[in-house]
Amino acid sequence: MSDELKNNHGLKGGEFLTKETDPVNVFTPEDISEDQKMMADTAKDFIEKEIWTKLDAIDNQEPGLTVKLMEQAGELGLLGASVPEEYGGIGGDFNTNTVLAMEMGKSHSFGVSFAAHTGIGTLPILYYGTKEQKDKYLPKLASGEMKSAYCLTEPTSGSDALAAKTTAVLSDDGKYYILNGQKMWITNGGFADILITFAQVEGDKFTSFIIPTDTPGFTRGEEEHKLGIKGSSTRALFLDNVKVPVENVLGEIGKGHYIAFNVLNVGRFKLGAMVTGGAKKYLSVAINYANERKQFGKPISSFGAIKYKLAEMASKIFVSEAATLRTSGLINDLEEKLISEGTSYSDALIKAAEEYAIESSIMKVFGSEILDYVVDEVVQVHGGYGYSEEYPAARGYRDSRINRIFEGTNEINRLLVVDMLVKRSMKGRLDLLGPAMAIQKELMSIPEFGNEPEGVLAKELKAVQNAKKAILMIAGSAVQKFMMKLAEQQEIIMCVTDMVIEAYACESAILRTQKLAKLKGEDAVALHIAMTQVYVSDAIERIALHGKHAVTAFAEADELKMLNLGLKRFTKLDPINTTKLRRQIADELIEANEYKL
Amino acid sequence: MKIAVCVSHVPDTATRIKIAADQKSIDPAGVSFVLNPYDEYAVEEALKTKEKFGGEVVVLSVGGDRVKETIRKSLAMGVDEGVHLKTDEALDSFAIAQALADEIKSLGSELVFMGKQSVDYDSGMVGQLTAELLSFNSISVCVTFNLDGNTITAEREIEGGKEIVETSLPCIITAQKGLNEPRYASLKGIMAAKKKVIQEKPVASTPALVENLQLKMPTAKNPGRILGTDSSAVPELVKLLHEEAKVI
Ligand SMILES: Cc1cc2nc3c(=O)[nH]c(=O)nc-3n(C[C@H](O)[C@H](O)[C@H](O)COP(=O)(O)OP(=O)(O)OC[C@H]3O[C@@H](n4cnc5c(N)ncnc54)[C@H](O)[C@@H]3O)c2cc1C
Repeated sequence: MSDELKNNHGLKGGEFLTKETDPVNVFTPEDISEDQKMMADTAKDFIEKEIWTKLDAIDNQEPGLTVKLMEQAGELGLLGASVPEEYGGIGGDFNTNTVLAMEMGKSHSFGVSFAAHTGIGTLPILYYGTKEQKDKYLPKLASGEMKSAYCLTEPTSGSDALAAKTTAVLSDDGKYYILNGQKMWITNGGFADILITFAQVEGDKFTSFIIPTDTPGFTRGEEEHKLGIKGSSTRALFLDNVKVPVENVLGEIGKGHYIAFNVLNVGRFKLGAMVTGGAKKYLSVAINYANERKQFGKPISSFGAIKYKLAEMASKIFVSEAATLRTSGLINDLEEKLISEGTSYSDALIKAAEEYAIESSIMKVFGSEILDYVVDEVVQVHGGYGYSEEYPAARGYRDSRINRIFEGTNEINRLLVVDMLVKRSMKGRLDLLGPAMAIQKELMSIPEFGNEPEGVLAKELKAVQNAKKAILMIAGSAVQKFMMKLAEQQEIIMCVTDMVIEAYACESAILRTQKLAKLKGEDAVALHIAMTQVYVSDAIERIALHGKHAVTAFAEADELKMLNLGLKRFTKLDPINTTKLRRQIADELIEANEYKL
Repeated sequence: MKIAVCVSHVPDTATRIKIAADQKSIDPAGVSFVLNPYDEYAVEEALKTKEKFGGEVVVLSVGGDRVKETIRKSLAMGVDEGVHLKTDEALDSFAIAQALADEIKSLGSELVFMGKQSVDYDSGMVGQLTAELLSFNSISVCVTFNLDGNTITAEREIEGGKEIVETSLPCIITAQKGLNEPRYASLKGIMAAKKKVIQEKPVASTPALVENLQLKMPTAKNPGRILGTDSSAVPELVKLLHEEAKVI
């Protein structure tokens, strides 16, 4: 990691909306260290040799196969990458784990088993376990000797996870809890040795438990027949008077929601990283196919319609990778800072992930929707062959879809983004009010017609700064109007979140490109600049559209007029020839025959 | 026993390469480099031999700073230490062999593994040249290797079959695909490699015996043509093989 990064005075969570970031302070793909790359290469070799050669067998759930592969991944250290060395892991930092997640995202169903085990299945113990619990479970989870599952969802509680009905009653002798209930959709349910489970103690004290699956009273349902990720085990699990020793309570009684949600913060970010890696792989599949396939006497990659698709996919992926690593860098640096200030390792990890929960939700939504866009276009580029199981496009298409559903649906995550912003602002944790008032004032004044900004992507950066003003303007007015009842206006919230996501994404891409331009010169980053411009140019239009939907939903008469004028003023960006840029991007992809940034 | 393994840092065979402006080298921009695939078998065999008989494995690589990456990859796979024989010149096979031979001699190593060829220039000579310079025995293109006391038995691939040969230490073995299944660099191995030593030594200059005049990209292959499906196509086929392909 560069020294500059170590000195990063990282913005607080959500603060990107009101403050600017110096490009030198962002972590970008170009900052990935040689060790991190070597670890990613190990993951890549493992996936190419052990997973891609067995995709059908994995999807057919050949008995014992996924378990064997998990153990192999354990031997290589992949399952213990985020577990400290004292517990048998590698103790890799957050960025290292992000880089690994991006690689693991190329492993289809196996990646889901992997993520459930190493993320939501292991982190609760790492974050909240007692010393005894950590000693007992972490080394075995890191080596793969034990496999884990995370059991939050129930038949009647999915998004509304805290409404779980599973009960835990303390035995008369006070030595164990007796659990009863049913869990639903549990990844790794078919083979997990331990479950991180949630249940209500004394009616409403939501609490987490570690349950070994050899405990009497525990049974597994049949495998679900799924739309995609068919090779991952997903089952309902039944708890019928399961006796769990009190030592197996994870964290405190009644504090299970902290565990559930803080672990999901990391899970969401990691999902975003995995899908970004997956999208990169699929784009290369499409480029390669488009170069090979000939129609009308030419490779289909020579047709403008196909070039458009390749360039559009590349630009979106470029942006999502920039935003993924930027977010990773923020979390990584805060972890390091907290640890250096004396915060315990576990607490530092929890706090850093919580601080950037807004950004993590953004990455979950943004990344999963880009992957869905990409796999859809990859099928299209393949034509009929995209519909055939003989080609990789079909599997990519069906395996992508789940990402918008689990780890909090994209709707729930969109709601969370605004909810967290508003709550942090009300608690004084984040100053949105001051900047929002300043914008009100700016709106009353005559717009400046100063000089055009100069430098690499300076116009685009200015447009994004303005877009952030549009967001504060609209969100501020909506909060004033609805006050505590804003939560009931979901349509407006969705629009505002979409604007926030676009602004964060655009800014991340600009920062990545500017940082590299400073390092290598503008000419060396022509492709980066083109992809950033293509993305930002369209994103500003989308921001304007979401803004229009939002303001027309709640404002009337003079207020509507003023908001509309403001929106126009803050979403202005001179049109550029994106067709030419897309051709230029596509030509480079076609020449390289892969997406290699 | 000190086992030496010699490795080279080569462009990944999957990347598209471009010839540099000097027409004599490839443009490294945008090319990803990897541990030469045949050298991976050599590293694996060296590690297996060490695991069986004890000792120490030292990895040697000749080249610019870039080759350190490949040395570190070998260290991550489990090699104990590295020697970077540093030069910024593009050396020919003989000069590389000379540099390796000098270092192997000073290490006092009697068993050396390397790949049968490196997939960049594909000259396939360094193993035998090094053996000759050291007066070591050598067995090339090995698909099996067995050490018993001082005696080495190995199977090597020959045209259309296999040959079993026996020799004794000191010896250089060059590895062919199939010799073993190279291990992955585990994450623990990568962490451990950070603490291992890489010595850097300048390469004494050896006059080049071979001069690289120019690199050229292979000419694009024409697609296959179907001339017909029965014997009536034979005269045309013979004519084209004679006049166009010039093979008969
Ligand atoms: C393959 C697979 C693997 C899974 N693995 C696990 C696992 O390992 N562990 C685990 O605990 N769970 C797991 N889940 C469960 C998953 O997290 C839930 O399916 C998800 O949280 C959604 O819950 P639900 O299915 O009950 O949908 P619902 O909550 O019923 O949602 C239905 C729809 O309503 C929307 N919606 C719900 N509430 C609101 C609201 N307040 N406002 C607006 N819209 C709303 C949702 O966005 C969605 O579009 C898995 C699911 C699948 C399919």
